Amino acid sequence: MHELAVTEGMLKVVLRHAEMNKAKQVVGITLQIGEMSDIVDEWLQRYFDYLSRGTIAEGAEIIIERSPAIFRCGDCGEEYIVDIKAGGKFSCPECGTNNVDLVSGREFQVKELKVV
Amino acid sequence: MEKIRLIDIREEILSDNQNLANDIRKSLLDNQVFMLNLMSSPGSGKTSLIVETIRRLKDEFRIGVIEGDIDSLVDSEKIVAEGVPAVQLRTGGACHLDAPMIATALESMDLGSLDLVIIENVGNLVCPAEFDTGATKKAMILSVPEGDDKVLKYPLMFSVCDALVINKIDYLGLSDFNQGLLQERVRILNRQMDIFAVSCRTGEGVDGWCNWLRTQVLNYKNHLG
Repeated sequence: MHELAVTEGMLKVVLRHAEMNKAKQVVGITLQIGEMSDIVDEWLQRYFDYLSRGTIAEGAEIIIERSPAIFRCGDCGEEYIVDIKAGGKFSCPECGTNNVDLVSGREFQVKELKVV
Repeated sequence: MEKIRLIDIREEILSDNQNLANDIRKSLLDNQVFMLNLMSSPGSGKTSLIVETIRRLKDEFRIGVIEGDIDSLVDSEKIVAEGVPAVQLRTGGACHLDAPMIATALESMDLGSLDLVIIENVGNLVCPAEFDTGATKKAMILSVPEGDDKVLKYPLMFSVCDALVINKIDYLGLSDFNQGLLQERVRILNRQMDIFAVSCRTGEGVDGWCNWLRTQVLNYKNHLG
């Protein structure tokens, strides 16, 4: 829902690193986005195509890698994935307790760039 | 054909916002000002809770409010009527407040004459959770008419906040809102979250919320020595 603000932030990071690495053109951008984040992938590409016009990142393809929401059980130590969007249960599948913590799934990063 | 190089980055997409938020936090520390980012859906009772909080705490703390809305001065006028300063941000369409907007608002406030700033974020359970405003703590409101399943539908908001205020408990008799179920769902996602059940309309439970906020502000100031 806030893809425009996110795209602006992303473009800044991309251009900064492209410049630092003396790239002539950015051809691909890989993002690492956790399951908890509510971003619509195709809108991100659309906004990016618009905002990147005239920059060396124009035309870059965005690949989004989704990191799952991973919980760790405070009782038995089991780590497991929960499909939040499908309404998955949070409680531990091994021992059934609700004494669990979210350990991963809130990532929101530019992971890597493909440049020439 | 030019060779393609891979550059490993692993930097936050919103790193610019994050960096500015950290600068804001430092500036607030220097001025010993505690800032609370209050978020919820439209109509949950953010302004009402802020008004009730001001009425109970304004003799102990010098309070200022940053109001965020797409448009209008409706909320800031209610705050000013309570005798505290308010800055109204009109985003003109942005669905959340971010660090640059808060930095602008803080520039027009005299931090030296404040102890507590409350941000009333744009009514929205989605986007504000993503954007660090530089606040010291984050709180959210869920009102009884919205339903007890919102933890499942908006997990990010529930997982980033330090406190949850369940508002409009005077409606409990009119709905099948299950407080116990809500609390269980919250504990799984965010074990550290403090939960308060209030009615801004009747005043029930508001003192408990204000005690929490008072403790947070005093702890913050005491740790500064």
